Amino acid sequence: MAKELKLMKGNEAFAEAAIRAGSDAYFGYPITPQSEVIEYLMAERPYDRTGMVVLQAESEVAAINMVYGAAASGKHCLTSSSSPGISLKQEGISYIAGAELPCVILNVVRGGPGLGTIQPSQADYFQATKGGGHGDYRLIVLAPASVQEMADFVKEGYELAFKYRTPVMILSDGVIGQMMEKVMMFEQMPRISDAEIAEKYPWATIGKPKSRERNIITSLALKSDEMERHNIHLQAKYKTIEEAEVRVERIRCDDAEYAFVAYGSSARICQKAIEIARAKGIKVGLMRPITLFPFPKKEVELMTQKVKGILSVEMSAGQMVEDVKLAVNGRVPVEHFGRFGGNIPTPDEIVKALEEKIIGG
Amino acid sequence: MVFEDIIKTENLVYKKTSFMTDNTLSYCPGCGHGTAHRITMEVLEELGLAENTIGIAPVGCSVLAYDFMNIDMQQAAHGRAPAVATGVKRCWPDKTVFTYQGDGDLAAIGTAETIHACNRGENITIIFINNGIYGMTGGQMAPTTLPGMRSSTSPYGRDVETMGNPLRITELVAQLPGVSFVSRQAVHTPRNVRKAKKAIKTAFELQTQKKGTTFVEIVSNCNSGWKMTPVQSNQWMEENMFPFYPLGDIKVPEK
Ligand SMILES: Cc1ncc(C[n+]2csc(CCOP(=O)(O)OP(=O)(O)O)c2C)c(N)n1
Ligand code: SF4
Repeated sequence: MAKELKLMKGNEAFAEAAIRAGSDAYFGYPITPQSEVIEYLMAERPYDRTGMVVLQAESEVAAINMVYGAAASGKHCLTSSSSPGISLKQEGISYIAGAELPCVILNVVRGGPGLGTIQPSQADYFQATKGGGHGDYRLIVLAPASVQEMADFVKEGYELAFKYRTPVMILSDGVIGQMMEKVMMFEQMPRISDAEIAEKYPWATIGKPKSRERNIITSLALKSDEMERHNIHLQAKYKTIEEAEVRVERIRCDDAEYAFVAYGSSARICQKAIEIARAKGIKVGLMRPITLFPFPKKEVELMTQKVKGILSVEMSAGQMVEDVKLAVNGRVPVEHFGRFGGNIPTPDEIVKALEEKIIGG
Repeated sequence: MVFEDIIKTENLVYKKTSFMTDNTLSYCPGCGHGTAHRITMEVLEELGLAENTIGIAPVGCSVLAYDFMNIDMQQAAHGRAPAVATGVKRCWPDKTVFTYQGDGDLAAIGTAETIHACNRGENITIIFINNGIYGMTGGQMAPTTLPGMRSSTSPYGRDVETMGNPLRITELVAQLPGVSFVSRQAVHTPRNVRKAKKAIKTAFELQTQKKGTTFVEIVSNCNSGWKMTPVQSNQWMEENMFPFYPLGDIKVPEK
């Protein structure tokens, strides 16, 4: 399929992009607000379009372990869910990170804790960026702020996942997943052939020919020294990722005296807040982290040379603000503003919070 | 006669398959796991499938199956091997894929994955080692522990009133239309080993014919967990396990 402009929901754009990015398999389990992903895929018959497998698993636990198996055999595969389902996947994600397998995982975040609400939220930031499951590991976390990015980050996610042999999480939310926007869909990419897998991914478990030693995919090391070595290797990899893969967008930062730091749908709302604030004569800009891990520490730190204060805006009780504070390290005041439990802040609320907590504070 | 004279083709009665590594087995002496590994690998060799096989190791005593099986292997989270195998097989439908799982792995924590992989009729082979106990973690009660049987978490014997009855998951799996072949075997005597090997062979042959899930249970001993000598444990298995878990084919494909 050629490149084309489409009007789509975020979840559908992700699903269409999954087919076009040359995915070999999707495994998932329905949960609001992201069930459109598997519904779209099932309706599209990707098997006929490209040979891509789509399977509705019996649970999120099964789905992530199907991803483990497919990824361990060198395939491009992905899964999607929303908060409670992502919690269930955490053991599997930890295994995938430990065994160093590439895959893409979408979380269309809803309000929690517990069954919570089906309304949008950003309260899974800690879970996504600090590991999530057991053990010392990180995911690469991409935060889309548009339907366009819901599509593009599938492709980018695979590139990063295979480059570093590590799982990539796309941390979206119910707003981005459900809203409709124009999206320029990239053209169909070919699925990688079996022969290419054997050649490009010599670690993949696809059957041991006489010519090589057997491949073993495992996260187990019974000896602590061996496990420590593996951990040191993982940490070195995360360090490289921190140095090489930070992505941010700066909006109206050039003359800014104050700054918002916000990602995903909060960043969209902050753009409106900027207009309102500037109409009042408040020079405020926005730093939008596109990668949440690696977090743009240096970029935020650098900003403190220019701005007098930073408001971290999130749809949570205050999670990313901890990373902002660590990066700012006391140089300028940092405050958090958030609505949560499924509520979305209005631009006016954000401006008011800026005035009260930062400018007046 | 010198050693070289003995090692001659015409004198050869048994040769270890090259699809078992030379690593020393980590299993307790007398345990059935090693034999079950060996016959699985022998079957894959005899059928000419080993080089195109991906095996899935469980969490349990056989977590290190990949140290001994000389083929490409993946290690799955506790109970999730059938889901992992599904992921592999759906992407590589022409490869041979099997799981090797204990009873805690397959019939407790992994019940959902077992039932649903079987119910979808995934073209995989499941080799299920039922030793009635959690061997690896030190002999706790398993879903398959017999009524009255002692374990470290049923120190006064399994009380079915409070701990439930042992689960015959193999009979349950046999009910599912996605499953074409179900057999229960043992590996504690040469005769049983021959029969078990035949069942495993059938299971893999049917997989190559894409007949749906094939499932072989091996009722085995855990002499350490049962706190018996290997000989005692095999006798105890015959007297107590076999009446509850009778050996033989449970489901065979219609001709
Ligand atoms: C999620 C999780 N829960 C519990 C364990 C601990 N655990 C390891 S092996 C095992 C039981 C294994 O018993 P079984 O499957 O019967 O195999 P056996 O060791 O008897 O061969 C348990 C409970 C684990 N590794 N992971
Ligand atoms: S603990 Fe039991 S199952 Fe495990 S190796 Fe020893 S005898 Fe075998």
